Amino acid sequence: MTNPQNSTNEEFAIQLINMNKWYGDFHVLKDINLNVKEGERIVICGPSGSGKSTVIRCINHLEEHQKGQIIVNGEEITGDVKQLERLRTDVGMCFQHFNLFPHLSILDNLTLAPIWVKKIPKAEAEATAMKYLERVKIPDQALKYPGQLSGGQQQRVAIARSLCMDPKIMLFDEPTSALDPEMISEVLDVMIELANEGGMTMLCVTHEMGFAKKVADRVIFMDAGQIIEENNPEEFFNNPQSERTQLFLSQIIDH
Amino acid sequence: MYVTDKILPELPAPSNSKGLIHWFKVNLFNGPFNTLFTLLAAFLLYKIIPPAIEWAFIDATWFADSSSECKLENGDRKDGACWAFITNRFDQIMYGFYPEEERWRPNLAGIMLVLLTIPLFFKKTPKKAWLGGFILVIFPFIAFVLIRGGYFGLEVVDTGKWGGLMLTLIISLVGILFALLFGTILALGRRSSMPIVKSLSVVFIEFWRGVPLITVLFMSSVMLPLFLPEGTTFDKLARAMIGIILFQSAYVAEVVRGGLQAIPKGQYEAAAAMGLSYWKSMFLVILPQAMKLVIPGLVNTFIALFKDTTLVLIIGLFDLLAIIENVLGSDNAWLGFHTEGLVFAAFVFWMFCFSLSRYSMALERQLDTGHRN
Repeated sequence: MTNPQNSTNEEFAIQLINMNKWYGDFHVLKDINLNVKEGERIVICGPSGSGKSTVIRCINHLEEHQKGQIIVNGEEITGDVKQLERLRTDVGMCFQHFNLFPHLSILDNLTLAPIWVKKIPKAEAEATAMKYLERVKIPDQALKYPGQLSGGQQQRVAIARSLCMDPKIMLFDEPTSALDPEMISEVLDVMIELANEGGMTMLCVTHEMGFAKKVADRVIFMDAGQIIEENNPEEFFNNPQSERTQLFLSQIIDH
Repeated sequence: MYVTDKILPELPAPSNSKGLIHWFKVNLFNGPFNTLFTLLAAFLLYKIIPPAIEWAFIDATWFADSSSECKLENGDRKDGACWAFITNRFDQIMYGFYPEEERWRPNLAGIMLVLLTIPLFFKKTPKKAWLGGFILVIFPFIAFVLIRGGYFGLEVVDTGKWGGLMLTLIISLVGILFALLFGTILALGRRSSMPIVKSLSVVFIEFWRGVPLITVLFMSSVMLPLFLPEGTTFDKLARAMIGIILFQSAYVAEVVRGGLQAIPKGQYEAAAAMGLSYWKSMFLVILPQAMKLVIPGLVNTFIALFKDTTLVLIIGLFDLLAIIENVLGSDNAWLGFHTEGLVFAAFVFWMFCFSLSRYSMALERQLDTGHRN
């Protein structure tokens, strides 16, 4: 793997090299360069419209980038359908609006991909599903439907659903933004637990600065389609370098 | 400052039933206009319903060996309905020209279908998917061999002899099954990102939706043989069925497409992000939700299809209505009992359509996982 920015031999889970993306004429991502080590936990923040969600949506190719390279687990993403299906089993994703399948029970939501993609026998998939439901602390909801659960419960189910595929990388796209305030902490607790276990590479787009301080190895600040600043959480929050970062942080903390 | 330390108890909602007289006052006699319309409607119902009941039930002749029993001595019709016309020719209305001694074959096929289908309505039936698959894939062959014959020593009964309600049901069931299948594929095709698949689907849908069904049937029966090489024969019933399927699948496609568009983008993304392939995400995630949404539209289309089967008359197939109208209607022994025939045909069609409609409503309720508590 050639990498102009970083030529160490370390094993990277994700490499973004000069990635660019346009929506029509609008240049939404400009020369994004990012190396994520295996097991690293990264928080991406920035004002709305800065392109932070687009970055992680490009990593599992829900959005297509037009220029540059994306390398996941050592493989460059080409858009080839078979390659994508394989890569996506290793890359879990949690969405802002949970996107559980409303026509399936919670248990069926969790076992769908393991059974149909990984060809795991039903009984085994269900045992795994129950294990993860216990981890997110809602095993008693297994036979209900998503519509019967609160937002916080739905998001925890969505996290469990991703974990059932045993992914190496987890992408979180503003997982708490659509939640009522009193439900945010139950979701963050699950994510903190997951991060503290280690071993899993995590990329999290979020405005939860407390979460970033607690678990992130690195915080990345984006604005107008660019990575503006990147640092460890302590330096990032206590000693932000760029003016835009300072402004952003002051606006968050002031409230 | 205000602080409370007591939690208010939950009380039952106030009762809103105020008795029958109150209901009448509010709903039927609310102001002069409402009262006037209520009285007018009551008068019309009084004028229509008792005579209709008298004609159809009280004065009716139910069974008779010949039409003379429905007539007065001077040859005029009796006042009541002559259902004897229907009961006397019931077999022909059901089977058309299907030979009498072979009618156990369609009966057996029908009974098999009913018995196979019943377990599907029970939630706890094991291996439902396999049973459903058997009914959809294997059973049609069994039914075809049974009804047409030609194997296992069964005498061949040419499709030209099939008729009556049996033919109506065969065309409808085959039509619904295949129109649903092709229609769904066309709907997916129309939303495909592949330009060739997409344009083929659009052209197909717009073409078949734009021509009247009667033209399709006429073309398939009269024009098509002209283009085929000399000596090729192609079963008339099969041609009619193909025409109906192509025509209705265009309608089904647009109904299903409406459902596909109503599914939020997040569902497609979640399915894709889990590594499901296109077909798996369609069949496991998107279509189950989309189909549930479009049940009312699909039932609409199927009811139309069911009633449109009466058009096969113009290519010389005798379905339920055609037997009553054209075969029995010109039967000298029972001349002049048109009305009874049409009322009966309307009743049979209505019964099937209404059952379909009720069933679909029950299905909608059963599949509703939205906000069940």
